[in-house]
Amino acid sequence: MRTAFSSLGRLLIGNPDADRTVPPTGFTARLTVFTAAAMAFLAVFALALSFAADRLADRWASELAQTSTIRISAPAEQIDAQVAAVLRVLETTPGVASARVLDDAEQRDLLAPWFGPELPIETLSIPDLIEVLETGEGYDATALRARLQAEVPGAVLDDHTRWREPLVAAASRLQLLGLMSILLIVGATAAMITLAAQSALSANAQVVRVLRLVGAQDRYIALAFVRRFTLRSVGGAALGAVIGAICIALLPSTDTAGNFLTGLGFQGLEWSVLLLIPILAGTVAFFATRHAAFRTLRNQS
Amino acid sequence: MIELENIAYSYGGGELFSGVSLTLEPGSFHFLTGPSGAGKTTLLKLCYGELLPTSGQVRLFAKPAEAHSRDDIAIVRRRIGVVHQNCEFLDHLSIYENIGLPLTVSGRTSAASSDLDDLVAWVGLKHQMSQLPPQLSGGERQRAAVARAVITSPDVIIADEPTGNIDWEMSQRVLSLLVELNRMGKTILVATHDLNLIRTAKAQVGTRVLRLKDRKLQLAGAEL
Repeated sequence: MRTAFSSLGRLLIGNPDADRTVPPTGFTARLTVFTAAAMAFLAVFALALSFAADRLADRWASELAQTSTIRISAPAEQIDAQVAAVLRVLETTPGVASARVLDDAEQRDLLAPWFGPELPIETLSIPDLIEVLETGEGYDATALRARLQAEVPGAVLDDHTRWREPLVAAASRLQLLGLMSILLIVGATAAMITLAAQSALSANAQVVRVLRLVGAQDRYIALAFVRRFTLRSVGGAALGAVIGAICIALLPSTDTAGNFLTGLGFQGLEWSVLLLIPILAGTVAFFATRHAAFRTLRNQS
Repeated sequence: MIELENIAYSYGGGELFSGVSLTLEPGSFHFLTGPSGAGKTTLLKLCYGELLPTSGQVRLFAKPAEAHSRDDIAIVRRRIGVVHQNCEFLDHLSIYENIGLPLTVSGRTSAASSDLDDLVAWVGLKHQMSQLPPQLSGGERQRAAVARAVITSPDVIIADEPTGNIDWEMSQRVLSLLVELNRMGKTILVATHDLNLIRTAKAQVGTRVLRLKDRKLQLAGAEL
């Protein structure tokens, strides 16, 4: 490992004379740049997916976790009394921060997506809704449900658990998929660059033979190839990351409905993570090429 | 410096030679002759550690060849200038850069740049120094190979047919260079078919002529 870091130091410093010993062009050069660019482009989207899923999970978790709804279905003449009873129960329930009855306008807004904005809500027999906000500690849902059943039989508590948990789990799974995609991209990049490096070394067998004839050590020969492949990978990855970032930036912005697809992207400091893509590509290329170079040189002796 | 002790080398199921012993003392000058296919090139490769013998022992600078690590062998080769029979170069580098390649790999390019200029001029390639190897004639390539082998002033110079593709005048200049290096204490081993070259050398410096024939290495007779 110490040797690898020493090589990394020499890689950053560079040696123009040594660099020139390896032919500058060829199929493997284009393949490396293309692979790094394509993988970086995909990595940008994988990262965007991961960040978007993370934000979505946070939003669903926080927005739904601290609120509950109590639905009161009762004959019109009893509804006000039952609402008042529920509010009294809630006032004495530990863990409840506040409770309020949704007015007709709010109920109309909730139903608007299905029935339109002109719904004559006052003529319909629909349940009243009470929004409950919890304290940080929360309340005991089972106890509250039992108390409501005893004191206000028409009230049904919905603490959103059955909605929240699968949504948060789905968002977390999406985030995991994004991270797995990044790992697969790193693995595929390493494999492609290893193959390209092996191919380059095999194609340059005469170069290796001549360098050995004049006293070049394996690490000198390897470093010439490693430096070239690493720099090509960094360049290709930077190009792919820039193109990916532009594509992400050009996606439609988040709308008020918070649609997931339009939320795909980066916010604030998240953009700076893209700078890591060329660095990661360079690191992967360095170790992959170094491994391939030493193995091929050993086999060529 | 380089010792071959009772070595044999087999290739493709057949024995190329056996019972070969040879010591290259510091400052010695040896010629190696023999018919084509006798194994001269193989014997030279054993002398600079590119091949290992099937049996027997090769010692390079007092250490068994098989005991040298890969890095050691590279360092050993910096002390042995080799003129390869087929004059392999890096075709994407100029002939000037190719001649200076041993300096480049040992990190001495800038320190020896004036030596490099002088040597390129001496082998008559001053006007071709920016050309690529494929653009040179066989003779020019051979001169470049000789220059590359001696640029670091190595302890030992091993040359495989160094005058095979060059005219008589340049052959004499190459020989003069080898003789001069030998007088400076360098050890020289030259494989050649050129009997005139051997005779000319014998007139200038003490040499031993070895003949590889019938799978054995013999000291050549007085006919040379």
